[in-house]
Amino acid sequence: MKSGNRPLSPFLMYRPQLTSVLSITHRLTGLALAAGTLLFTHWLTSAAYGPEAFARAQALIGSVFGRLLLFGWTLALFYHLCNGIRHLAWDAGWGFELPRLKATGWVVIVVSITLTFLSWAAGYAVRGGA
Amino acid sequence: MDMRSPLGRVRGLGSTKDGVAHWWAQRVTAVALVPLTLWFVVSVVSLVGADYAAYKAWVGIQGNVVLLVLLIVTLFHHTQLGLQVIIEDYVHGEAAKVASLMAIKFTVVLLGASCVLAVLRVSFGT
Repeated sequence: MKSGNRPLSPFLMYRPQLTSVLSITHRLTGLALAAGTLLFTHWLTSAAYGPEAFARAQALIGSVFGRLLLFGWTLALFYHLCNGIRHLAWDAGWGFELPRLKATGWVVIVVSITLTFLSWAAGYAVRGGA
Repeated sequence: MDMRSPLGRVRGLGSTKDGVAHWWAQRVTAVALVPLTLWFVVSVVSLVGADYAAYKAWVGIQGNVVLLVLLIVTLFHHTQLGLQVIIEDYVHGEAAKVASLMAIKFTVVLLGASCVLAVLRVSFGT
């Protein structure tokens, strides 16, 4: 497609800022979580094949590679959840003022990271040490 | 000679088509997913390192299997709605767009049905 004199998209003109970075991150985490449904499906369907298949699925998830993936998905999940609530607040007409946009953006970042680490701390507590 | 009425020809060709229904469904599934997701994370944490017997006991509890099925259906519906928006934003060829939208829908239904039946099978199994 020829661009010629056509107007440029905003992301080509402005330097990245909190609001725009959080916005594209919402879409990217959504995409990552969509891919994550494959592991979710693998885990649940393995159980239907019996104890051995379920044990294999659990071992895959518990492996270093599996845990690395799952950690990323946990962060993506909490980010998408928190920022999703931020979106719902906007839908209700709340929070469009610039200072509030920035404040809620930072809240989303801090809360999603905190919830991710809390979940993993709880997971390791259940597992009983690394 | 066109056998369709003028109304029949234009119906569904408006600028928004079924945008409001899509937008609303995305919000309703999002709201439902907030408690369902938090419940699921707590459940998964409790099942870290669990063997089959522990999983079967967990999914055998009525409240758990109900919430798990609701989570699966809502999650895949929300996933489909979100992926649809991304495809509509970036895929501009009409044939490629329709094909990828259909592929997403079929995949999501296949995965969702597989999950629901797998969960019910273990839950009801002896």
